[in-house]
Amino acid sequence: MERIPILRMGRLLLVTIQVDMHDRLAMTLQDDLTNRIVSDRATGVLIDISALDIVDSFIGRMISNTAAMAKILDARTVLVGMQPAVAITLVELGLTLEGVSTALNVELGIKLLQQQVDMTALNRQAVTRHWTR
Amino acid sequence: MTPAQPASHVLPLKSDEDVVRLRKQVREDLVALGFSLIEQTKMVTAASELARNTLRYGGGGEAHIDQVEDGSRRGLSLSFIDQGPGIEDIGLALTDGYTSGNGLGLGLSGAKRLADDFAIDTAPGRGTTVKIAKWKPF
Amino acid sequence: MSDNKNAHLEHILTTYHAELLESWVPDLIGRLTRRDKRAENELHQQAAQFLPLLASTLKKTSLENINDPGWDDVRHLLSDMSQARARQGFSPIETANFVFSLKNPLFNYLRLALNDDPAQLSELVSSTGTLFDNLGLYTIEAYQKTRELIIQRQQQELLELSTPVVQLWKNILALPLIGTLDSARTQVVMENLLQKIVDTGALIAIIDITGVPTVDTLVAQHLLKTIAAARLMGADCIISGIRPQIAQTIVHLGVNLEDVITKATLADAFVIALQRTGSNVNQIDNER
Repeated sequence: MERIPILRMGRLLLVTIQVDMHDRLAMTLQDDLTNRIVSDRATGVLIDISALDIVDSFIGRMISNTAAMAKILDARTVLVGMQPAVAITLVELGLTLEGVSTALNVELGIKLLQQQVDMTALNRQAVTRHWTR
Repeated sequence: MTPAQPASHVLPLKSDEDVVRLRKQVREDLVALGFSLIEQTKMVTAASELARNTLRYGGGGEAHIDQVEDGSRRGLSLSFIDQGPGIEDIGLALTDGYTSGNGLGLGLSGAKRLADDFAIDTAPGRGTTVKIAKWKPF
Repeated sequence: MSDNKNAHLEHILTTYHAELLESWVPDLIGRLTRRDKRAENELHQQAAQFLPLLASTLKKTSLENINDPGWDDVRHLLSDMSQARARQGFSPIETANFVFSLKNPLFNYLRLALNDDPAQLSELVSSTGTLFDNLGLYTIEAYQKTRELIIQRQQQELLELSTPVVQLWKNILALPLIGTLDSARTQVVMENLLQKIVDTGALIAIIDITGVPTVDTLVAQHLLKTIAAARLMGADCIISGIRPQIAQTIVHLGVNLEDVITKATLADAFVIALQRTGSNVNQIDNER
């Protein structure tokens, strides 16, 4: 069956969507990603859509749902590389992907993820200190 | 000199893959007509939303893609036709966020905002036809 | 007979070249609204060029249809002249008069030449009249086309001029908006800004609206859409230069700017942007 590959870099998962996805493929990606977050103990997910020339409401919903699921599984998601035309269209469509972090490219996305993961780790340490004191 | 016969296509909408094929064909036609990247993106996205509606709520159907002309402008017209259950309350169906399925409820209203023209013809039990068009001056 | 007519006309144009110029050119110059030596010289040259060209064209081509390839040279001369005049700010009447005012002098010599053949004379006057009408209309059309091109170019330039995106610092862009924002302009503004964000990899864009006289619901909506689109791409926007009246309007209109960073001046916005991108502004003490 057709699948979108998920790469692993340390505790980050990297997905580059390069094909015009049909809906089933998008749902498979969502399943695969949530499974991999757990099995790889990932703390961050980077979704690169720089090659996508449209994002409609279905794909948009898949992305924000994935981010929300990842959050519950203690991983942060960053969406990178959205094209200007796609961004304008999404806004016109009424979809703002609230709660999804974004970055201009993969490099900035990884930086942002690391910041967020570090912050989470710091918070966790603070909590641990509090409870062990 | 007679102008070339404007192209038109009829594509089936029976499966997820058909939606992808439709997006591709619509994009090709928009490029051929010289639409800007932003206009292309808006129209292909609108087509994708409506094709999904036809598939999900209309039980499948077909899409007609026609290159059209009217005096000073030319454009692309898309019709999405199904023989499904139809829509009872069009006003409600066009409201942002309303959905009868489990979508986001942005399909119809979003497509209306993304296209230049929007028309819907439906009644309970009579199926649904949604027609959108995008225009550009010669 | 067309050949006959052509021959007559061509004969007059060549034989009375000097005389025609003498009565035609002063008339042309008399009609000029702005008279200077240069314009007069130019007219003289164009007239002296036009007559032989017309004569040689008549020698080989029928005068019925000026769209015929045989008329190419004449049409080129006329359209070059019309284009030049449209650019120099001549009126369409002044431009077309170049052709029309040759009619009378030419008819005078036709009358002299065909004094004894009234039937032929009237036929020749009629078809020469039609020919000159067509040539005159042709100059007006060429004039009009040039004007349209000029207007289009100016509109485009105005759109581009009015939406410059400047890079203030590494990672920081500024878009100083000046004048009223309508839908067409906003679309260009949006596209320019977003494309520039991609090109420069900017993290923050400052939209300065000091030069925007009023903000209505539509403009506010457009601004919010631009900001939302930039955010989807991974860049933040700051709005600066909001004047008190505009702040009042925005609140009265019920536009929600809650999620948007707003600053009173471009300078304030710049400081915030620098901090956010990890740079600092320090006052250097000049004390010795």
